[in-house]
Amino acid sequence: MSRSDAPAAPAPAAERFVADFTGDELGAVDEVRVSEKRSNLWLDAWRDLRGRWMFWASAAMILFIVFVALFPTAFTQVPPNDGCILSVQNQTQADELGVPIGTKISDHGPLPGHPLGFTKQGCDVFSRIVHGTSTSLSVGIIVSIMVAVIGIVIGAFAGFFGGWLDSVLMRFGDIVFAIPYVLAAVVVMSMFLHDRNIWVISLAIGAFSWPSTARILRSEVLRVKNSDFVMASTALGLSRVRTMLAHVLPNSIAPVIVVTTIGLAGAITAEATLSFLGVGLPNNIFMSWGNDISAAQTSLRTNPAALIYPSIALSLTVLAFIVMGEAVRDALDPRARASR
Amino acid sequence: MTAYILRRLLQALPVFIGSTFLIYAMVFAIPGDPILRMFGDRTPTDATLAALQAKYHLDQPFLVRYLLYMGDVFRGDLGTTFQGQSVNEILMRTFPNTLRLAILAVAIDLVVGVTVGLVAGLRKGKIFDNVTLLIGLVLISMPVFVLAFVAQWFFGIQLGIFRATVGPGAPWGDLILPAIVLAALNFAFTMRLTRASVIETNAQDFVRMAYGKGLRSERVVPVHILRNSLIPVTTNIAANFGILIVGATVTEGIFNVPGVGNELFKAINRHDSPEVVSIVTVLVIIYVLVNLGIDLLYGVLDPRIRYVKK
Amino acid sequence: MSEPLLSVRDLQVGFRTQGGFVDAVRGVSFDVHPGETLAIVGESGSGKSTTAMAIINLLASNGRITGGEVLFEGRDLAKVSRREMEDVRGRLIGLVPQDPMQSLNPVWRIGFQVEEAIRANGIATGKRDVRKRAVAVLREAGLSDADRRLGQFPHEFSGGMRQRVLIGIALSGDPKLVIADEPTSALDVTVQRRILDHLDTLTSQHGTAMILITHDLGLAAERAEKMIVMNRGRIVEAGPALEILRDPRHPYTKRLVAAAPSIASTRLESSAGSGAADSGASADGGIDLAIAARAARASREAAGPPAIEFRDVTKVFKLRKPSGIGSVDFTAVDQVSFQVPRGSTLALVGESGSGKSTAAKLLLQLEDKTSGTILVDGKDTDELSGRETFELRSRMQPVFQDPYGSLDPLRNIGNTIVEPLEVHRVGDRASRRARVLEVLDQVALPASVVTRYPNELSGGQRQRVAIARALALKPDVVVLDEAVSALDVLVQAQVLTLLADLQAELGLTYLFITHDLAVVRVIADRVVVMEKGRVVEQATVDEVFANPQQQYTRELLDAIPGRDLLV
Repeated sequence: MSRSDAPAAPAPAAERFVADFTGDELGAVDEVRVSEKRSNLWLDAWRDLRGRWMFWASAAMILFIVFVALFPTAFTQVPPNDGCILSVQNQTQADELGVPIGTKISDHGPLPGHPLGFTKQGCDVFSRIVHGTSTSLSVGIIVSIMVAVIGIVIGAFAGFFGGWLDSVLMRFGDIVFAIPYVLAAVVVMSMFLHDRNIWVISLAIGAFSWPSTARILRSEVLRVKNSDFVMASTALGLSRVRTMLAHVLPNSIAPVIVVTTIGLAGAITAEATLSFLGVGLPNNIFMSWGNDISAAQTSLRTNPAALIYPSIALSLTVLAFIVMGEAVRDALDPRARASR
Repeated sequence: MTAYILRRLLQALPVFIGSTFLIYAMVFAIPGDPILRMFGDRTPTDATLAALQAKYHLDQPFLVRYLLYMGDVFRGDLGTTFQGQSVNEILMRTFPNTLRLAILAVAIDLVVGVTVGLVAGLRKGKIFDNVTLLIGLVLISMPVFVLAFVAQWFFGIQLGIFRATVGPGAPWGDLILPAIVLAALNFAFTMRLTRASVIETNAQDFVRMAYGKGLRSERVVPVHILRNSLIPVTTNIAANFGILIVGATVTEGIFNVPGVGNELFKAINRHDSPEVVSIVTVLVIIYVLVNLGIDLLYGVLDPRIRYVKK
Repeated sequence: MSEPLLSVRDLQVGFRTQGGFVDAVRGVSFDVHPGETLAIVGESGSGKSTTAMAIINLLASNGRITGGEVLFEGRDLAKVSRREMEDVRGRLIGLVPQDPMQSLNPVWRIGFQVEEAIRANGIATGKRDVRKRAVAVLREAGLSDADRRLGQFPHEFSGGMRQRVLIGIALSGDPKLVIADEPTSALDVTVQRRILDHLDTLTSQHGTAMILITHDLGLAAERAEKMIVMNRGRIVEAGPALEILRDPRHPYTKRLVAAAPSIASTRLESSAGSGAADSGASADGGIDLAIAARAARASREAAGPPAIEFRDVTKVFKLRKPSGIGSVDFTAVDQVSFQVPRGSTLALVGESGSGKSTAAKLLLQLEDKTSGTILVDGKDTDELSGRETFELRSRMQPVFQDPYGSLDPLRNIGNTIVEPLEVHRVGDRASRRARVLEVLDQVALPASVVTRYPNELSGGQRQRVAIARALALKPDVVVLDEAVSALDVLVQAQVLTLLADLQAELGLTYLFITHDLAVVRVIADRVVVMEKGRVVEQATVDEVFANPQQQYTRELLDAIPGRDLLV
């Protein structure tokens, strides 16, 4: 429809003007026309995601991180922990590293086969970063799954059944929420000096970070619960549990996916922070970026590389998950899309 | 308003009791002798052991122990460290420094975050908006100790604008760099929340009406858009305060600020569990109080909260 | 004739969207002379509000004028600077917004918001003068004790009061033109008329011209001298308002006039039962509610016990006290009694808060009543076993208001319609599938929609799906809770006709809940008028319209715009 066929200006004042009948005025009402484009929440979200470079960049980054975590030896043959030397003691070592006997390796800069140099303990920085990936990722994934499960169960029960159950669960959530989860984890980890492992640290972080997920799911459930289609199902005689599972949960889950993705980044940060504070994973068993950064701080002036590279690895990993979460949020929430 | 304050106070009470109880339970409900557990690798002298057992009233049933312990906390008796220092004294000495640091950080965060968020929200989709969004993403991705080291290394060591560590007495000037680090931690959240809130408010009917009745945009922006956008930003300070507490612990440790966080940092490193538990309890109490304060402020900012429809 | 005050010439407005640039207004021209009222009428998406907002440059941020002129007293407002436009607004052109509930800033006192307008438009300066003017504005708005009112917040005002204040603000600068954008569509029906009267009085006192945006032809004809009918961004018909209503010439306008329930006369009959010539289908394929209603009227009320009976039904909600401690009783439904004979339609009419929707939920067993008896087919629902209650649910089905909320967005249409059959274990897979196709055919939707999702359908189509779902179990009773209220006029007429056809074909009993008496006349046999939880009047539709007994019913009737215009 070009603008040239627009009707001429009507004559002034109270004279009658009747536009030519083009036929398409009534089309929208009479035809039972179904739009060509297939559309529902997930399909729309996927279509939206597909067009975002941020999504592809973060997806590629995350795939890469997962690959590194699963197959660290594909990237480095140098062991991260064993064979760290403070200085070159014998000829074998000297030949391997291409430096004379007696050279101080602790905090040494890059050497052939050791592109990022050495830590204070004389370990290979690159190898420690590569091997630290799986620690960060495992903690992130375990915490996320744990938080999602606890949050969904508590949020769903509170929102759907309401009443005293809602009050009790949500007050409990308030109490847990009142303790910053890193502080809570500090206390828990202080109590577990000897048996620290990935599961304990994940539990320490996850046990206090579920309330926000539960709150978000609860408010979504409350919104969906009062919608007409849920009332129609109830009027039909569908049981409460089945209504919950068939209609309410699937329609409430989208924001949880978003907070869980961003929460994964938060858990990785938390693990690194705890390790940095000295209540994380034991340094000699687990590679952890937080530990390495903490250990490198004393040589910040002389050997900043040992601190900067693990920091970059940590920040990029966190960034990848945050960007992914943001992209998914924009795709799932049309309101956020509109504000972009 | 009185009813509102009363209601908030009543709601804060169970949170207060529950959260302190939870911390206490974490320490004392775990199987094994909690006191020996606190010592980790070390073997306590009989005197310290006895003092700790008395302090935590280990001869009493669990609930009574908790009540006696909270009674002590309220009387200001927070116990002693392994070295025998009084925790109260440590807090009295360090708290003012942390308070100054926190005030400085929140001020920087609010002024910069709200300003940038407002401009970005009003110029949605323009270059300024996109650049600040990107900066925000990068800042969110950097854990606080990374941020602190980057700042210390770049501004302190490379450029030498600030002192890399805080000098004795913690003068205001030395606090600026750690405060910037702390502010940067929350800056991205404040900025994005302001931006989102400004965009949402801007689309409200009352803003259109404000223009429709003939107001100039110089008036509409501060009086109608910014004023309303500040409500969620203010409440968010409470949520961010948790990040601030953890951030302060790390930042004070790195910059050697003689504050509560630094004390906690050192206590953790010394494995001084009694001190850790005492300080965390105090921090949680402060956190609950700050949340309560912000809740009351919310009532002041939003008249709809104060009056409930009859 | 004098020079026009406002002369819009070939106005074009577009919006930047994700799908590209969309033209919303495509070459609109009209004049407004001093002191006259012009109505712009159209359905949603016709571009009527966009046209009005373009005049004072208050388009949404992604919209802009792409062509044409907006000449106000000879000056082209499409080309003035931002500053100049700020001077025009309030002083020369006032705005009365659509939704008074959202149009006052909730954090500032009323006085503050009135005074800032007075100051901005230079009506008065100095604290005391401004205050005096503000009091005057509120007085003019008809609010007693204006002094105290100025110190209150918007949420302490009712919707009608807020709109009075907003009208006062719009007129405080003594503008030459007021743009009123659907000024009453967000208000209760009885308040609507009073607000429009108020607006009329003030504009004629001040000699202000007005552009009135509305979706209601009757209202436009009642309030305006001139009328423009818009469709898809274009003017389809323009001229004297009454003339257009009585003698519409463009096919679209004809359909619109025919479909408007406020000007149709009596009950809508099934088009199938009354013969093709006299049926609702007019020559151009549209639906004429008035013609359809004129058809002969047979008694459909079958013998036997009433399908539904309420005896002194009461529902009390416990509301939490403002302090959060203790609760207060709120009686939503108060001793309500009525009967719905099998095969007929009973309309429950009332404004928001009248308890009509709660009554529907009590019938559907979505809420438990506090006292009284509900009988379905003569059986007390309290005495039913769990099994019998479950069966009862299959014979009573709801259709709700919001076409966008009534279907699960994550289920395709086939799965949505088949759900009732699955829950009640009716038939096997094949027979369920056949039933789905059958009901889709009954609501005139193609079989191809079964694999579609709600997002892909229009509002009217979704409402048809909701009806199809309700029909799947072959119910006796359908509870229609504001089922057509959110639909545009033409679609509303189609759905109403469909409902009438289905009733004749399937012998359905309808409980029709609505706030709109105009719709009642074309669909219902009997009316129960509710106010604050109580039944104030019940009678046949004809009795209520001819001879309302209660003051409240009369108010509701008077609130139907333009109902005397066609006689």
